[in-house]
Amino acid sequence: MIITLNHYLLLAAMLFCIGLYAALAKKNAISILMGIELMLNACIINLVAFNRFMAPDMVVGHVFGIFVIALAAAEVAVGLALVLTVYRDLLSVNIDDFNWLKW
Amino acid sequence: MTQFAIDNSWLIPFMPALAFIMIVFFLRKAPQASALFSIACIFTSFVLALGVVGGILANPTTTEHSVTWFSMPGVSLEMGTLIDPISGMMVFVVTLIALLVQIYSIGYMENDPGYSTYFAYQSLFAMSMLGLVVSNNFLQMFVFWELVGLCSYLLIGFWFYKHSAREAAKKAFITNRVGDFGFLLGILFLQILFGTLNFTDLADIIPTYTNIGLLTVVALLVFAGPIGKSGQFPLHVWLPDAMEGPTPVSALIHAATMVVAGVYLIARAFFLFVAVPNALMVIAYVGGFTAFFAATIAITQNDIKRILAYSTLSQLGYMVMALGVGGLTASMFHLMTHAFFKALLFLGAGSVIHALHNKQDIWEMGGLAPKMPVTTKTFVIAALALAGIFPLAGFWSKDEILLAALSNGYTGLYLIGTFVAFLTAFYMFRLVFVAFYGEPNPENHPHESPKVMTVPLIVLACLSVVGGLVGMPWLKTNFGSYIYFGEAHHGYSLSIMLTSTLVALAGIYLAYLMYYKKTISAEAIAHRFQPIYKLLYNKYYIDEIYQWFINRVVDGAGRVAYWVDLYVVDGVVNGLANGTKWGGYLVRYLQTGQTQHYGMVLIAAVVVIVILLGLIDPSMGIFAGGGAK
Repeated sequence: MIITLNHYLLLAAMLFCIGLYAALAKKNAISILMGIELMLNACIINLVAFNRFMAPDMVVGHVFGIFVIALAAAEVAVGLALVLTVYRDLLSVNIDDFNWLKW
Repeated sequence: MTQFAIDNSWLIPFMPALAFIMIVFFLRKAPQASALFSIACIFTSFVLALGVVGGILANPTTTEHSVTWFSMPGVSLEMGTLIDPISGMMVFVVTLIALLVQIYSIGYMENDPGYSTYFAYQSLFAMSMLGLVVSNNFLQMFVFWELVGLCSYLLIGFWFYKHSAREAAKKAFITNRVGDFGFLLGILFLQILFGTLNFTDLADIIPTYTNIGLLTVVALLVFAGPIGKSGQFPLHVWLPDAMEGPTPVSALIHAATMVVAGVYLIARAFFLFVAVPNALMVIAYVGGFTAFFAATIAITQNDIKRILAYSTLSQLGYMVMALGVGGLTASMFHLMTHAFFKALLFLGAGSVIHALHNKQDIWEMGGLAPKMPVTTKTFVIAALALAGIFPLAGFWSKDEILLAALSNGYTGLYLIGTFVAFLTAFYMFRLVFVAFYGEPNPENHPHESPKVMTVPLIVLACLSVVGGLVGMPWLKTNFGSYIYFGEAHHGYSLSIMLTSTLVALAGIYLAYLMYYKKTISAEAIAHRFQPIYKLLYNKYYIDEIYQWFINRVVDGAGRVAYWVDLYVVDGVVNGLANGTKWGGYLVRYLQTGQTQHYGMVLIAAVVVIVILLGLIDPSMGIFAGGGAK
């Protein structure tokens, strides 16, 4: 079986949907962060796959992929720090308790 | 010297302004220094004014100096001075009266706690009036016009701890505002129609303007200013109440500044009124009516200053009437002579009030003549001059006015004017006989006023005697050779002179019989004509009518407006606010505070949008997977 672009895109879409589900449905803040990571990774797969099949002699997609990984690392650091801070006050990582800004 | 004065005429208003600033900022704590500095400044102005008059007598031309104040596209406003025979005469009269009044005030205001402030206000007043007089355009004139109004407010309310003084000051200010509003509208019209406010330019443009209807409206709007400022009917009500101020202030307001500003404005803008005969006619009849109306009130009043105040109204009516019938010369001449003897009358009244410790009712005076010889003599001279007895000042100017009325075809106004001359003589000598020659009041211990007060009286008395001679119609070169509109003309009518003199003598004789000899009982007449007497005594109930009007109509309209504001305007505003608030209450439940809900909505929205785009435009190939080839 020849692996085409569509396979990669399908994989990325599935990965994205899983991540989305985690981000929207999970109550645990850590799980949500993980879901977000999954979505980012799905994007990276897309970028690299497009680069490979649409413009094989350029490395734009790879560069973008690394860029996104670096950003994701920074983002997850901030996200975890936030979750930890909130945890110290609430003694909970349940996203339903994170409602201080509510009316 | 004369050329210097004419070229630097801005110095004339500047000197009192300097005095005002110096007193307010540096001399407040030094009353004597304030008075001296103020008088020195006004004296300098007076010398300059003499220079101006000298220059004009030698060479009656118009000198204008002007600088641009500011300009915008389409509007260029200037500030400047205009010296011609009319303003030359005015600066002379204003500085002279202001100087004498200030000297007199040294004595009158002695020991008053507000001595320095008083002189500061006096200087500001003189500055405003002089600035108004030398203005070369309407806008600058309006600025000084308002300053004059402000000063009158400050000075009428000078003894602000008296309730009546406060009320009078407010009344003067507000009544003036009514007229000033019309004046301002008139000025705006002039600017829009002609693009300039300069008197000289307007005098050239206006005669060529053809829309007489509009011009009439403009002229009448401008005339609203003098109606307020010069106390013409129906805005005369403030002037008698202005008596609440210190008496020298009344002299200044009534003789030289403030009230004559309106007459001066009409004279200055005479080109505008001449262009519209209807406006001129209105002016003539308003003036004639005011002259008659005020004179009838004056014969029943008992307060010495109120009698003089109504007399001023009546004489201003004369001046305005003279302008209305086209007699610019007569009006300005009467303005000048009236300034002399009316200032004298008020200062004399001030001297009496000073001597009697603030008694103002003429029936409480009586028998002052032997105790206060100088005041009495000068007061009688002024009364004779006002009554128009040959050869005193009032005789010449009054005849000029009557002649102007008759020769321009206003026979009705001539008759009114003659009758007013009778009334004037009557009420003045009623005052003189009752206050100075009546039964002495044992409670009073009058004494002659100090020199500083009597010397101005004597100076003014001399001017009241000889001041009219400059307008003697037999002179080859007289007042009318300098101040005129269109063509200078000399004329006189012996019959008019004779009639007015006889009428005045009749008035004096009647007063003599009623109040000195008492062969005719004043009480009996008052009783006989009870309704008329009451009507006159209560000043035709004009104040009451205004009070009623304000209470019912203005306050009523205010209440309606308040109701509308409270329930309609506020209702709309509050309704909107409440609607928003309740809307917020309802929709805030959409905001769960759960990021996941928001994310859900976001994703759902994206999905919906993508589907919609696909349905609208299938060629984008979203569902065909066209992106991946």
